[in-house]
Amino acid sequence: MSEKHIDEFSGVSTTGHEWDGIRELDNPMPRWWVWTYYITIVWALGYVIAYPAWPLISDATKGVLNWSSRTEIRNELAAAEAAKADYVAAVAAKSVDEILADDNLRTFATAAGAASFKVNCVQCHGSGATGSKGFPNLNDDDWLWGGKITDIAQTIAHGIRFAADPDTRVSDMPSFADTLEPAQIAAVASFAASLSGLPHDAAKAEAGKSLFADNCASCHGEAGKGNREMGAPDLTDAIALYVASEADIERQIRTPMNGVMPAWQGRLGETAVKELATYVYSLGGGEQ
Amino acid sequence: MLDTQEVERLDVSAVNSARNRQPLYAKRKKIFPKKAEGQFRRFKWLVMLVTLGIYYLTPWIRWDRGPYAPDQAVLVDLANRRFYFFFIEIWPQEFYFVAGLLVMAGFGLFLVTSSVGRAWCGYTCPQTVWVDLFLTVEGFIEGDRNARIKLDQAPWSAGKIGRRTIKHAVWLVIAVLTGGAWIFYFADAPTLLGNFLTGQAAPIAYITVAVLTATTYVFGGLMREQVCTYMCPWPRIQAAMLDEHSLTVTYNDWRGEPRSRHAKKAQAMGQPVGDCVDCNACVAVCPMGIDIRDGQQLECITCALCIDACDSVMTKVGKERGLISYATLADYNHNMALATDPGTGAIDPTRVHGPDGKLKDGFAHYHLRKILRPRTLLYFGAWSLVGLLLLYGLLTRDRLQVNVLHDRNPQYVTLSDGSIRNGFTVKLLNMIPEPRTILVELDGLDGAGMTLVGREEPEARSFAVEVEPDRLKTLKIYVRQPAEKVSGTAQSFRFVVQDKSSFESDTYTATFEAPEKSR
Repeated sequence: MSEKHIDEFSGVSTTGHEWDGIRELDNPMPRWWVWTYYITIVWALGYVIAYPAWPLISDATKGVLNWSSRTEIRNELAAAEAAKADYVAAVAAKSVDEILADDNLRTFATAAGAASFKVNCVQCHGSGATGSKGFPNLNDDDWLWGGKITDIAQTIAHGIRFAADPDTRVSDMPSFADTLEPAQIAAVASFAASLSGLPHDAAKAEAGKSLFADNCASCHGEAGKGNREMGAPDLTDAIALYVASEADIERQIRTPMNGVMPAWQGRLGETAVKELATYVYSLGGGEQ
Repeated sequence: MLDTQEVERLDVSAVNSARNRQPLYAKRKKIFPKKAEGQFRRFKWLVMLVTLGIYYLTPWIRWDRGPYAPDQAVLVDLANRRFYFFFIEIWPQEFYFVAGLLVMAGFGLFLVTSSVGRAWCGYTCPQTVWVDLFLTVEGFIEGDRNARIKLDQAPWSAGKIGRRTIKHAVWLVIAVLTGGAWIFYFADAPTLLGNFLTGQAAPIAYITVAVLTATTYVFGGLMREQVCTYMCPWPRIQAAMLDEHSLTVTYNDWRGEPRSRHAKKAQAMGQPVGDCVDCNACVAVCPMGIDIRDGQQLECITCALCIDACDSVMTKVGKERGLISYATLADYNHNMALATDPGTGAIDPTRVHGPDGKLKDGFAHYHLRKILRPRTLLYFGAWSLVGLLLLYGLLTRDRLQVNVLHDRNPQYVTLSDGSIRNGFTVKLLNMIPEPRTILVELDGLDGAGMTLVGREEPEARSFAVEVEPDRLKTLKIYVRQPAEKVSGTAQSFRFVVQDKSSFESDTYTATFEAPEKSR
């Protein structure tokens, strides 16, 4: 078995093993292969010295380069922050109106605002900012508290009916369940429905007209056009936050819903609020 | 007739011939190809001059495209995603033109290979051209075959070191120039040359030159024929495209055999004698290290230098040229059948040559007319068809395009007056290097108007937009339709873009979405 055996056809020595008369030639490995193998060994040694390699009990050897994936991501994030630092500084220094006037800054702030919107706002307003019942659609041109960019920034910064912020926007639609008779409520509801062209009972609406002037016009205005000073919605337009029918209006008069929006300035900072305002303004409904 | 003894017999063995094939792990045996002279060698000089000329000079050709585009005739502008080729400018989405050219190259290869064999390998392949160039340099510095063998076998001396150093230095200069020329296709050549020499070019330029220098030097100078035999897939693919009517470099053994070094003596003894004087000239000039007399071989790149070598010997001994010639397998079989004695099954030289030494009637080295046959015509047809389609595409392509993307979220917005608004991202592509004023219009959608975000203009059904030369302009457009005009949840309408000065236009059919009940 162990003596040297030369294969008679190829002249190559065999490995010395024999299986049922079959022997394996002991050809050398190709030189390029052997060299590649040696190089990988050298490479591995260098790697073990340079990079984290040997697992220890709670950690691993650090390697002389002191490289780690965490440091790397930290550096990359720092580099990304540094890359946009000039823009961020400009946004911080300028007013929202100035940001709007500067094309580059506006583009940057809109993109940054879109990113924060997706993290902080979509839970109520939806990923397309289309809102839902009780949560305003930010794409349209109907604004409860004003659609100028400064109004939008104010709303985002301090919220609506958000008790913890002293500068928050406050108003309260009272319940008329105790003040008006059920029939009167139904009449006012019919009148309100008639303002925006919802299906309604014309006779009742006529009856509700004077009741509206007495009870509602102080906030919603004589013509029902609303009042942004106190967030009183325009009742004549095609957009309503809570109501889609005469019955909905009746319920809103009896047991009104008053939505709450948190104040964001304390949590996100002034710059992020400006960016969010620019983004919301860009959605198509922003006012001059 | 001259005596065959006057022809020097070269001491050479075809190291890569199948008979001499070495075990798998053996060291490569060097080849010292002798310089050939003749019509094919002259043709190869010409091809080398033309191909190297095209390669080195093309980036320096200027082509005026006006002030808004580079003036380099051939430029692959990766940074700006543009490809310029004389009067043609290609945007990335028009890459199908390049794909079409590759299809043409494929059919072209089929056509050439099935008609004239491995002509690509033998004449125009960069590996062949550069190896030829490197061999020429080697011959110039170290001398022809015998001198090179002597130098190779000589012990190391100052002279040998000197010659070898000069040779490798010249090779490296060629390699650097080869790698250097490549980068000029990707940037403005004069600017890049200046930057490159002053160390201000981009790192990728230096890396590219370094890599191509290394590959040129190693493939052209050191590995040579091994690249063709071991690394290149073409020989295998091309072999599959050859048929019995494809021209290949052929040793016509029907007139060459039995070969004899002492023809007169053998003739006097009454033995049959063929035309081959077994001088090995064909083997000595072969850059692939094979013996063409063994028949068709994978290694043969059909450079035809053996034809030159043999022809000059045949002329010298006063025999008809073409003992080695371009011939088809069909020609060869035809001639072989005529030359073979049906009784013995052996080649009979008396059947081939008349008493005057000329070939008898019926024998011919090749028939060129066979190049035109269904297969080659079919390839030519396919090749032409692709070419014509590309030409048609090129002449009729749009240089003004519009792409429209409907907002997905929200698909529509109800405004306070009940009207419906849809948002669109409209991309205008001005694909010529001139600034243009493009008119964007709404077509259809009763009563609707549009506003352009970022422009304080009243709602309108059309507006003009300035688009920069050779650029894409993205517009955000809001289209609004009054509530009473809305008919259905999905109305079809068109964005029409026009250049009033050139009458070019493009349209995009979009959909206007609305809620089921609009107020």
